[in-house]
Amino acid sequence: MTWKQVFTSSVGKKLVMGFTGIFLILFLIIHVGLNACIWAGDNGVMFTQAAHFMGGNWVPRVLEIGLFAGLLLHIIQGYMLSFSNQSKRSQGYAVDFGNRGSKWYSRSMGLLGTIILLFLVVHISDFWLPNRVSQGFLLGPEINLFDKMRVEFSELWVVILYVLGCLSLGYHLAHGFQSAFRTIGVHNKKYNTLLSTIGYAFAIIVPLAFAMMPVSFYLGWV
Amino acid sequence: MEHYSMNLNLKVWRQQNAAAKGGFKLYRVENISSEMSFLEMFDVLNEQLVHAGEDPITFDHDCREGICGACSMHINGKPHGPWYANTTCQLHMRAFKDGDTIVVEPWRANAFPVIKDLMVDRSAFDRIIQAGGYVSVNTGNAVDGNAIPIPKNNADEAFAAAMCIGCGACVAACKNSSAMLFVGAKVSHLALLPQGDPERGSRVVNMLAQMDKEGFGACTNTGACEAACPKEISLSNIARLNKEYLAASFVDNK
Repeated sequence: MTWKQVFTSSVGKKLVMGFTGIFLILFLIIHVGLNACIWAGDNGVMFTQAAHFMGGNWVPRVLEIGLFAGLLLHIIQGYMLSFSNQSKRSQGYAVDFGNRGSKWYSRSMGLLGTIILLFLVVHISDFWLPNRVSQGFLLGPEINLFDKMRVEFSELWVVILYVLGCLSLGYHLAHGFQSAFRTIGVHNKKYNTLLSTIGYAFAIIVPLAFAMMPVSFYLGWV
Repeated sequence: MEHYSMNLNLKVWRQQNAAAKGGFKLYRVENISSEMSFLEMFDVLNEQLVHAGEDPITFDHDCREGICGACSMHINGKPHGPWYANTTCQLHMRAFKDGDTIVVEPWRANAFPVIKDLMVDRSAFDRIIQAGGYVSVNTGNAVDGNAIPIPKNNADEAFAAAMCIGCGACVAACKNSSAMLFVGAKVSHLALLPQGDPERGSRVVNMLAQMDKEGFGACTNTGACEAACPKEISLSNIARLNKEYLAASFVDNK
């Protein structure tokens, strides 16, 4: 079996989704951890150092290319799979199985992913892009992201948009976390229970921490 | 529960053949016993239709004791009707109340084209089995059953997977029309046993290739298949298939 056959099969396509999904989950841990420095109570000093480590250092900057590659792969493969799966039933049911058989968010990964994608377009153009433009896409001078956050999150609609983005991320992770591990072949019932528990905890804690960031700025907590 | 009789309204999918455009037709059945099976209720309806000179409703059935996997109706939005871990032939009319309207549809999946009315062509499953769902053996003398030691847990899990009757409820329930629970069960029950071990790599690769070729979708682990399965086949069998596939694709030297 050639690599082409592997990655064009239905399981191979899902393996790509699973592995890139876990990779993006790992990235979220780093992202939420570094951003949590805004709550250090030092008016953004620690946060700025963390942001400088990520943006002003070649190692994370090279890894960033891998992050975008993984993200793009997850998005493109996700859409291709969604459209392909939808095409397998030309005539639908008059009465659907619906929530009796599965959770709504497990059936709505494409929709939730699309909301996250739209959120990401806004999010990247709010912070990442202006910073990289300022750096000339190399290692030039960075903008003060802490001040930028304070400005961005002084607008209520921006805060609401970010909270909605985080809510979509939460539901996406509630299914995606455990589904990714099932897809890459974890079949031991003991681990499945463990992974679903960790998955739900991750899906609540991480998006909640992210959502609290704009809320904290808006309410003047930082 | 006490016996009672009921009058029902049925909304049944009628379709002359694979090429024809189908539609729902309303029927009324009266004095149906709560002790009848769902298929017996359809027998009563079909007798009515025959007496009235109409074409009876075509539906699949065979053993009527829940083991053959022939019956295949999508009843009120759920494959095999409202009861848990149940086939349509074992669904009894006590699941319904007098005056209920029941919507009956065929399995919906492009890989399961409608032959007529509620009968669909599930030969795609046969072709998936032909692609690798077996053990190649040179039949010699029968070997003593105890000659090959099998851990009890493996034997139990293999048996649980082998419970699959190939009815297609998993495909009917899945939003992607995926056959992964069926293929997962067939791959698992042989992968768990020493007899299935020598061909485990080629089996999973070939069966999956056939599944894709037949036009079933990919698995997104929603769990609807497990919820609809009359034999309670576990979703873990799909994860085991994924592991088998991953191992086979990385080890295969072609």
